[in-house]
Amino acid sequence: MTTPQRPLPEASPETQEYWDGMKRHELRIQKCNDCGKGYFYPRPFCPAEGCHSQNVEWFTASGKGTLLSYVIPHRGHPAFETPYVIAVIELAEGGKMMTNLDLGGAEATPDNLPVNAPMEIGYEDVSEEITLPIWHLA
Amino acid sequence: MPDTRNLSHKVAIVGAAETDTVGKLPTHSTLQLHAESAFNALADCGLTIDDVDGLATAGVSPAALAEYLGIIPRYVDGTSVGGCSFLIHVSHAVAAIAAGYADVILVTHGESGRSRVGVGGGSAGRATPGGQFEAPFGVAGPPTMFSVPVAQHMKKYGTTEEQLAAVSVATRQWAEKNTRAMMRDPITINDVLESRMIAWPLHLLNCCLVTDGGGALVLVSEERAKDFPKKPVYVLGRGEAIAHTNISQMLDFTEWTSASRHTGPEAFKMAGLDHSAIDHAEFYDAFSHLPIYALESLGFVKPGEGGPWFAEMNSAPGGKFPINTNGGGLSYTHTGMYGMFAIQESVRQLRGEAEAQVDGVETSLVHAPGGMFSATSTLILGNQ
Repeated sequence: MTTPQRPLPEASPETQEYWDGMKRHELRIQKCNDCGKGYFYPRPFCPAEGCHSQNVEWFTASGKGTLLSYVIPHRGHPAFETPYVIAVIELAEGGKMMTNLDLGGAEATPDNLPVNAPMEIGYEDVSEEITLPIWHLA
Repeated sequence: MPDTRNLSHKVAIVGAAETDTVGKLPTHSTLQLHAESAFNALADCGLTIDDVDGLATAGVSPAALAEYLGIIPRYVDGTSVGGCSFLIHVSHAVAAIAAGYADVILVTHGESGRSRVGVGGGSAGRATPGGQFEAPFGVAGPPTMFSVPVAQHMKKYGTTEEQLAAVSVATRQWAEKNTRAMMRDPITINDVLESRMIAWPLHLLNCCLVTDGGGALVLVSEERAKDFPKKPVYVLGRGEAIAHTNISQMLDFTEWTSASRHTGPEAFKMAGLDHSAIDHAEFYDAFSHLPIYALESLGFVKPGEGGPWFAEMNSAPGGKFPINTNGGGLSYTHTGMYGMFAIQESVRQLRGEAEAQVDGVETSLVHAPGGMFSATSTLILGNQ
């Protein structure tokens, strides 16, 4: 019996720039030149309600954000050692991103993970082609 | 907001039934569960499958079901957006019957959620948004996805694990009265908190069951409804909405926006009722935070008041607003797309034939999500 592998992403045309950025350890996302908001995940128009402009551009984001919410699976994906953290980061420039957390050796408990805490991005090279974000407490 | 009051009370559920049993049915394929539900619901109202000229289903292709049943319906609704699909089928059936698209619409659900007999395959591709931006982080089914917003609700409103547990306890008290419920032993708040951690903040007893079963509904016009053996259950109000599919993209982690913005206001307006007129509710409870979000976002209480409200056992037997009187997805049954069972219990309460019958139910509200708060539908049903 083989151990199930961690599911890895495959870039699509509108997300290639993001994944290329990840490879260089840069957070490349998009922002809207009309409403001014950043957003995530990538697509060739602004997803904000009431805007939906196609006047958007890529930029390198700060890699800062806040811990919007999370769960701590004790039964989860078989490729992951439990407990681990699935979090959603609110990016400083706008947009929400799911990620795992680098706890720096701390236990995965709610006490160690204050909701709304400031966060910073890190990078995990998981294969030759793919680098994933992994955020930590700032 | 659209004014659909002219469609209120125009269409009724005249037949409603579940599979003979629910729970563990390794003897039944998925399509067989649909068919058994369909034949039971038709028998319930004295019609036959050949009277059906409209078919609505989710999870399986309506064409596969029409072939299996051996019918050629002239109206089809294959809306398949998760557990609330069947509420949406009812909602669409109201307009379809009023428009003359069909006279007798059959809505079916069947799911071999536990035994997985005759289940289709397939998972999201690696290049989809979910494949790129959620799957790599170890999401492993609804317990690790539906639960994602809860920590922010706890932070913003002070909602506690004890309050989440109270939802499970209140629901179990109803299941104790229902001989068809899978889980009927009494539980306490401590039992919930001490049950195995699945994905913090959800313990095992905060999570729904995984079962096999099905249910079906037969809908006709108000005029025809009077000729059927059982008291018609009228569709008084309805609402539907669709938002994200990936939980990370939910607009607001502390509010069920589809419900507060669309499905609640539209359903109440169409029915011409306010909250105080609702006697009974079924809130789809895949996990114990869902009824809290539903109660708040439909406006029964203010945002943040849901946790304390459930902790006061207001939804339990003897409480002021009975909710999930069948025992819910938490304790009755949960095949995967549970919404059909929520409708079934509302119909039973409105007919006066529920096992845990509440006195004097004239109106019942059914509310369900599909996916991870992705799709949403609300129905207001009544027997007057």
